[in-house]
Amino acid sequence: MSGYVTKRLLQGLVVLGIVSFISFAIFQYLGDPVATMAGQYATQAEREELRRVLGLDRPFYVQYARFIGNALRGNLGLSYVARVPVLGLILERLPASIELAFAAELIAVAFGVVLGALSAAYPRSWFSRITQTGSLVGISLPTFIVGIGLILVFVVWLGWLPPFGRGETVPILGGAWRTGLLTASGLSHLVLPAFTLGMFQLAVLFRLTRGGVIEALQADYVRTARAKGVKPPVVLFRHVLRNVFIPVVTIIGLQLGQLIGFSIVTESIFQWPGAGSLLLASIFESDFPVVAAYIMTVALIIVGLNLLVDVAYALLDPRIRYG
Amino acid sequence: MADPIVRRVLGRPLVVAAVGFLLIMVLGAVFAPLVAPQDPYRLMSLSLGDSLLPPVWMEGGKTPFLLGTDVQGRDILSTILYGSRVSFLVGTSVVLIAGVVGGAVGLLAGFYGGWLDSVTMRLADSLLSFSTTLIAMLLLGIFRYNSLLLVILAIVVAGWVQYARTMRGRVLAVKEEDYVTAARAAGSGAPRLILRHILPNAVAPLLVIAAVDFGVAVTLEATLSFLGVGVPITQPSLGMMIAQGKDFVYAGMWWLIVFPAGVLMGIVFSLNVIADWLRDELDPRLKAR
Repeated sequence: MSGYVTKRLLQGLVVLGIVSFISFAIFQYLGDPVATMAGQYATQAEREELRRVLGLDRPFYVQYARFIGNALRGNLGLSYVARVPVLGLILERLPASIELAFAAELIAVAFGVVLGALSAAYPRSWFSRITQTGSLVGISLPTFIVGIGLILVFVVWLGWLPPFGRGETVPILGGAWRTGLLTASGLSHLVLPAFTLGMFQLAVLFRLTRGGVIEALQADYVRTARAKGVKPPVVLFRHVLRNVFIPVVTIIGLQLGQLIGFSIVTESIFQWPGAGSLLLASIFESDFPVVAAYIMTVALIIVGLNLLVDVAYALLDPRIRYG
Repeated sequence: MADPIVRRVLGRPLVVAAVGFLLIMVLGAVFAPLVAPQDPYRLMSLSLGDSLLPPVWMEGGKTPFLLGTDVQGRDILSTILYGSRVSFLVGTSVVLIAGVVGGAVGLLAGFYGGWLDSVTMRLADSLLSFSTTLIAMLLLGIFRYNSLLLVILAIVVAGWVQYARTMRGRVLAVKEEDYVTAARAAGSGAPRLILRHILPNAVAPLLVIAAVDFGVAVTLEATLSFLGVGVPITQPSLGMMIAQGKDFVYAGMWWLIVFPAGVLMGIVFSLNVIADWLRDELDPRLKAR
């Protein structure tokens, strides 16, 4: 077990190493920090001086080592546009993204697993047929179409929900985190983006749960439970679902990167003030330090959470031996 | 009587509908210059007086513009037909390139094992944890140059992994089969073993991946174009149409996005229906009753 964790940890570090190198290359070779910082009226000598002061005349491995050293101390450089440390910019945006991702995941798991289990329990019903076709529509729908479709129906036609932004936020944790979850306005702004982001995941989890439950319903322990006279809903939700939950957890972990990718699209449509919309804006403004820092942050989150899922998985399922 | 495969397809109306829809769309895309009422590339033929017309059956619609027009006075139906050419071109190129590259990588990694296997599969794992959307978007965002070729390459870079992993898994299973051992004992060299004995028996699951991946590639191109990092703005892509129509949604001009979005969804949904059916055909154990 500990050997397995060590191995996964090392693999994670290798991934982070590769990602940091890519980020460094973007940071260092795309856009010229000297031109940006010195301004267009600097003389050649002033530019050379700045280049020397910034250490840009040193060999690339020295610069890379410095980049890593700085990154480990939380210094990922200054934004070309906002002229403030990029890490602060990203950390300021993260709460909005994290709240959105959690809400989306919650919707996906709640609806996906319950609907999937019910659909598998009554495979011949009209409910099962409709939800199964619906899930195929769900995985076929591009995120941006889901978002615009929801805006068209619930904002333009019905006028029930606000179209964009995050609504009112209040500071918690001593002001370190501004949350939209505690105000009515914040919650109403969250509904459409969360469903948009969660839709694909919902369909995936529905299909996974449905398949898993159909298979598990044929298992001996289900027959035993039924023979003992356990009521069908109890069999379904207590006995069967428990065994289907392990692949569900795995998929949630595996799909995390996907969720972050789609969150950029969702944030862009709903003008959600999160890290994804920051990335998109930075790409268009050629603000490469922000892009590089975003990649590093996302890599750290993905690798870290994947490691957690792997460890949880190994603990949950003692049958599996890891080499 | 007809071939059993044909009969089984005809027994599934959804699959028939999916194949039919795709066939119509492909024909429409290929023959767009002949069937489209207007050429959206020819700016001279556009008239701003015809901009933002609703579909023909609504108040204010005009006859040549069956599904209405966009802000530049382009016929929506024609732009959809031309735009779906981009979709099909991207889908076909991505599936071919990623399928061949990914398949070859998986074949070699599975057959030879060792460091080749470790390196490529670690790389695959890393890419897989980062999502194709994110990778393609970052690649295009960094190069900051809108071109169809770059879009295709970015999607390939992000998407070859699925093929490689599936192929590798199949190769690992197939290479232990008795007929491979027999061929090896009979003196077949590595190239012959791989091409004659392993490849034909390992390639089938890639078909399912290809069908799904075609839809993913079409979706991804539309998403990238929607965000503004995809095909050039002069090229009518379905994603671009939706991006341009998005701003008019609040004014209730739904036809600007509903038609292109519907076609895009129809294409991807049909591909997924076909992929689902292929999966059932290849692995009858999974068939949902």
